[in-house]
Amino acid sequence: MNRAGRILALVLLVAAAFALSLVAGKQWLPWDSPAASAIFVELRLPRAALGLLLGAMLGLSGAVLQGFLRNPLADPGVLGVSSSGALGAVFVILYVGASGLALFAAAMAGALVALLVLTALTWRGADAVAFILAGTVLSSLTGALTAFLIAIAPNPYAVAGVLDWLMGALTDRGLADLARAAPFLVASIVLLAFTGRALDALSLGEAAARSLGIRVDRLQWVVMVGTGVGVGAGVAATGVIGFVGLVVPHLLRPLFGHRPSDLLLPSALGGAALVLVADSLCRLAPGAAEVRLGVAMALIGAPFFLMLLLRRRGQAWI
Amino acid sequence: MDLIARDLSVSLGGRPVLHGVDVALRRGRVTAILGPNGAGKSSLLKAAAGLLPPQTGTVTLGDRGIGTMGERERAQTIGYLPQDATVHWNLHAGDLVALGRLPHRARFAAPSQDDRAAIAAAMAATETGDLADRPVASLSGGERARVLLARVLAGRPRWLLADEPLASLDPAHQIDLLDRLRGLAAEGVGVAVVLHDLAQAARIADDVVLMRDGRVAAAGTAAEILSPETIAAVFDVTVARLPESRIVVPVGRIAR
Repeated sequence: MNRAGRILALVLLVAAAFALSLVAGKQWLPWDSPAASAIFVELRLPRAALGLLLGAMLGLSGAVLQGFLRNPLADPGVLGVSSSGALGAVFVILYVGASGLALFAAAMAGALVALLVLTALTWRGADAVAFILAGTVLSSLTGALTAFLIAIAPNPYAVAGVLDWLMGALTDRGLADLARAAPFLVASIVLLAFTGRALDALSLGEAAARSLGIRVDRLQWVVMVGTGVGVGAGVAATGVIGFVGLVVPHLLRPLFGHRPSDLLLPSALGGAALVLVADSLCRLAPGAAEVRLGVAMALIGAPFFLMLLLRRRGQAWI
Repeated sequence: MDLIARDLSVSLGGRPVLHGVDVALRRGRVTAILGPNGAGKSSLLKAAAGLLPPQTGTVTLGDRGIGTMGERERAQTIGYLPQDATVHWNLHAGDLVALGRLPHRARFAAPSQDDRAAIAAAMAATETGDLADRPVASLSGGERARVLLARVLAGRPRWLLADEPLASLDPAHQIDLLDRLRGLAAEGVGVAVVLHDLAQAARIADDVVLMRDGRVAAAGTAAEILSPETIAAVFDVTVARLPESRIVVPVGRIAR
């Protein structure tokens, strides 16, 4: 199968996963029931659309970050943007008690602060190592601050809500959540989709890329803003959902090759399919409550990834 | 049109690495840039390629400052082959060579007839045509060096600045690669190459720039510069000259 055929297969997979996400649940959607259209329009459709956009953004930003940092271990989590967004959200949950718009705004503000700090730390030049170090330090700091906020929380019952929220889920996300997050997710996807050519050149190293006319400083801005806005909106709408950005590009590299630009579209599609399928499985798990999406993602992703690692033992990895 | 650096000073991370360097790289000639480690050879090459901003002084191509050229135009004109031969992803050799056409291609445009012809010609010139479908990780050091050279040639630059391209090559491939650079100069391309091997420099260079401590210690034609006396003064080594040739070989260390 050539590249076009493989992409078509991924598109069909996304379509199937989207359809599954629309009908699957503790109650399979009964198409002839009078409640069906309300459930469909107000719950299932926004949830599936949010999963689609979120997965596409996470998969794409993983592929872009791995290409930009020339590091196969990179994923949106390394920037510290998601943990910083989570810090903002946790503050609101514990001390304002609000949800909805306040929570979204706080998480976006947290992500924005992380972006500003990253910008300040890497201001003097595009440097992949500085970028990773800055992100790692930021993650540790915001993680510690989150733990600190939880420890001094006035209301112990709110802590359970925070822990639940931190694991990330699409559960009960409605039209309002979709409307708030979608513009940011779409903007992020559009920004990141234009980086392929520069990422290809970067595989020769920074000096060679610049000699090919690539503005690496500008690329760093696009990557930082594109990932920050997308991940910030993602965290604000659904909590922290890891693994997608790390795993999806690796799963697709054997099929689509190692050239960064060849991986962008497949990674967006693969991320969307993975999130939609995982979210559907969350609803189908036994028990009264839904399994959290962040948990399901690791449960599906990790064994799959390990299997891939085992199969490729001894082969060049990147 | 010569590529000329005037009174060029450059700092790296706050440390000055070039001090008031004056160098003229001429089209159709091979200029070897020689000097001890840390002399500023790579920095000179990068500054000449427009990749390091000068603190003082200028780099001009014809009547234009290299800093005033757009990235794309500069990339179409000057090909730069870095010392670091790392390729970060396991691309196919053919895709790697195709990267050399990036400055000539519009965004999202598929490779044109001209692009394909330039890629094929570059791979033919470096005898890498049969490697096109091989992943880079499977290439030998010599094959990889040839593929990376083909990447630069695919851009059909009018200037080729190569930083220690012989590093991973055996003697036969060293001679092959240098002969290719000679051939490019014969076609009118300006070639500047950082070398460590004095004998190879003597064999192929028309002009020589000798660097030491971020300054030009001597510059001129190879015949003028590659004398035992000049080399002894710059490299702290004694040299012997092969009979009936201008090839010099270091044979001893001079204590300073």
